[in-house]
Amino acid sequence: MKEIFVRLERCMGCRSCEMACAVEHSMSKSLCSAVAERPGPRRRVYVEMAEGHKIPLVCRHCEDAPCAAVCRTGAMHQDPQSGTVERDLEKCVGCWMCAMICPYGVIGRSSGSTRAAIKCDRCKSLEVPACVNACPTGTLVFATQENFMEMVRKEAASRLVRDTRSTART
Amino acid sequence: MSKNARDRSIDPASQEMLALASRAGLETAWDRLEKQQPQCGFGELGLCCRNCNMGPCRIDPFGEGPQRGVCGATAEIIVARNLLRSIAAGAAAHSDHARDVAHIFKLVSQGKATSYSITDKAKMERLMKEYGVADQIALAEAILSEFGKQDGPIKFVSRAPAKRLDLWKRLGIEPRGIDREIVECMHRTHMGVDNDPLNLILQGLRASLADGWGGSMIATELQDVLFGTPVPTFSETNLGVLEKEKVNIVVHGHEPILSQMIVAAASDPEMIDLAQNQGAEGINVAGMCCTGNEILMRHGVPSAGNFLQQELAVATGAVDAMIVDVQCVMPALGALAGCYHTKLISTSPKAKFPGATHMEFHEETAYDTARSIVRAGILNFKNRNPSRVHIPEIKSKAMVGFSVETIVDALGGSLDPLLGAIKSGAIRGIGAVVGCNNPKIQHDFGHVNLVRELIKKNVLVVTTGCNALACAKAELLQPEAADLAGDGLKGICKALGIPPVLHMGSCVDISRILVAAAAIADALGVDISDLPAAGAAPEWMSEKAVSIGAYVIGSGVFTVLGTVPPVLGSPAVAALLTEGAKDVLGASFAVEPDPFKAASLMIEHIDEQRKKLGL
Repeated sequence: MKEIFVRLERCMGCRSCEMACAVEHSMSKSLCSAVAERPGPRRRVYVEMAEGHKIPLVCRHCEDAPCAAVCRTGAMHQDPQSGTVERDLEKCVGCWMCAMICPYGVIGRSSGSTRAAIKCDRCKSLEVPACVNACPTGTLVFATQENFMEMVRKEAASRLVRDTRSTART
Repeated sequence: MSKNARDRSIDPASQEMLALASRAGLETAWDRLEKQQPQCGFGELGLCCRNCNMGPCRIDPFGEGPQRGVCGATAEIIVARNLLRSIAAGAAAHSDHARDVAHIFKLVSQGKATSYSITDKAKMERLMKEYGVADQIALAEAILSEFGKQDGPIKFVSRAPAKRLDLWKRLGIEPRGIDREIVECMHRTHMGVDNDPLNLILQGLRASLADGWGGSMIATELQDVLFGTPVPTFSETNLGVLEKEKVNIVVHGHEPILSQMIVAAASDPEMIDLAQNQGAEGINVAGMCCTGNEILMRHGVPSAGNFLQQELAVATGAVDAMIVDVQCVMPALGALAGCYHTKLISTSPKAKFPGATHMEFHEETAYDTARSIVRAGILNFKNRNPSRVHIPEIKSKAMVGFSVETIVDALGGSLDPLLGAIKSGAIRGIGAVVGCNNPKIQHDFGHVNLVRELIKKNVLVVTTGCNALACAKAELLQPEAADLAGDGLKGICKALGIPPVLHMGSCVDISRILVAAAAIADALGVDISDLPAAGAAPEWMSEKAVSIGAYVIGSGVFTVLGTVPPVLGSPAVAALLTEGAKDVLGASFAVEPDPFKAASLMIEHIDEQRKKLGL
């Protein structure tokens, strides 16, 4: 199963992920029309600044997700097949138990008058989530955990080789 | 960035108002900066290009994503093009200001702008001699023609030392005409024109020189002719200059052609009577930003503060009218003024603001319009809500108005005493500290600490713009501040009765610093780049500051910037500005946000220069 991974050192804070997310969750799915929609579309990914570093935060779709565990109506639930944590709009009563328990603060509120939680749904209709597609620096990576680790290992390996070579030279 | 007022400014009056604003739920630039976090890294690095509609394009600084825009532009090209556009905008702002002054000077010469007159006739005659013309109208036309010249030379450029002028000619960067250089920047950065970073930057230098030794210098000279060359005057600065019992009119922006008229209209007995009829004790005009500097140094009109205090002034609830013209006026003012009785009045056909009443100002009817504007302020006094008035009881005395002419006068008629003091080491060197405020740096922290460090180490400081006002508020512009200076500088200041930090005016008046630097270099028979001098802009933010930075290093002065310019996306351009420029221009930039470290960099440079001169 593919997940959204974050390469923490790469984020430039351009917020392209936020914009793409909002557009993907708009009615028109087009930036030019989405800006005129009322109520406006909401993002599900958040770029924050901490200790001088920029970092995108998006739902981790945790196993045994706390947001799903505390949901009183069953609106927040984990899909047994895909493992993604999803929210059923019909059942959501906007009690915000999920928002209180989420350790990443990535439960949002729907736009307009509906009192309902919104969160990352991994853009089910897309092969690659909109935020990952929009990221210009490869901070966001959509891959299986195994593939992501392989990628990190390869990066680490080339770094090690480079460092060793330059130390040997000096 | 903390919401704590103490972390946002070092100025006690601003801290008091920031705390009040925060309690009242008012939004200021500091809050908006916080809401902008994180700011886009591509923008910070100068790596996005919006110059054509195949884009917008951006370059991945980590090398994994795109390394070229759709047209093929690399990071180097994009960063250099963006820098050139900033310089062009800054040079345009200063020079368009100058154009308005020159236009009024022409109207005065033709007897068409009766509100204005010639105040410094001697200076006008010197300019006529410099231009080789016999009458006032011919001078006006000659100066106005500098803007539209195609092949130069711009007259004031020849005020630079001969060696510098030769260098500019050799590099092909002697400006040919003020408007031409700005237009050429826009042409070269259009899709598919100049794509050589070095060639782009050379044009940036040429446009900036057309500002420093052209537009800005024209503004300074003609403002002196029309309104008087400043002489040392005492006044007061900071929000405490606002008065509870008087009609408070704040003039904010840049052009003295407006603020001068407001000052005149506010002292009109008819207006004072009206104010008293409305229950006020009188009319109090206070400045803000550089238009404040203009009337501060010419008339001793108190200044309410520098750039980041514009919103705080409104939040005192005591400003009956804030009158604005152009540059550095925040569009946030309208909404904020709407929370109070304050009337925001825009005056320039070039600059309208949301929430402002527009009372357009024209040269031919200047005084009448100024009277109507002042009247609007007076009539608004009764709408003031006394329970919401909060004026910090904080203001500082300042000695201001050191034009080059008055510095020479103070020295007894020649630069020799200054040169003697530099040679003897009593004055180690000269530091020119200028520039804006920027909420990314604790308000006034960079300005005041840098200047304090410099004078402590016997560096005589010349200042303009928002730095000058920061120094005024921190009591560094008083003769008594000599006690904070090193022994050598202290002795000189005490002997002459001057402060160790000399207020030379507004941001266009950095041209006065250029003239002074040229005179000192000529007297020593060297180039400006040989002088024991350094510049700094500790809290800069505007495009005007980019143009200033470019013409200052173009003129040969090593300059330390307190905020990082958006060029780091191109290592080649960054290296050119911080290292390469030194071999070509004899001066380069350094970036150092810490004012104490910045002072050390400047002093190291000054000491090196002294050694090279054998001092």
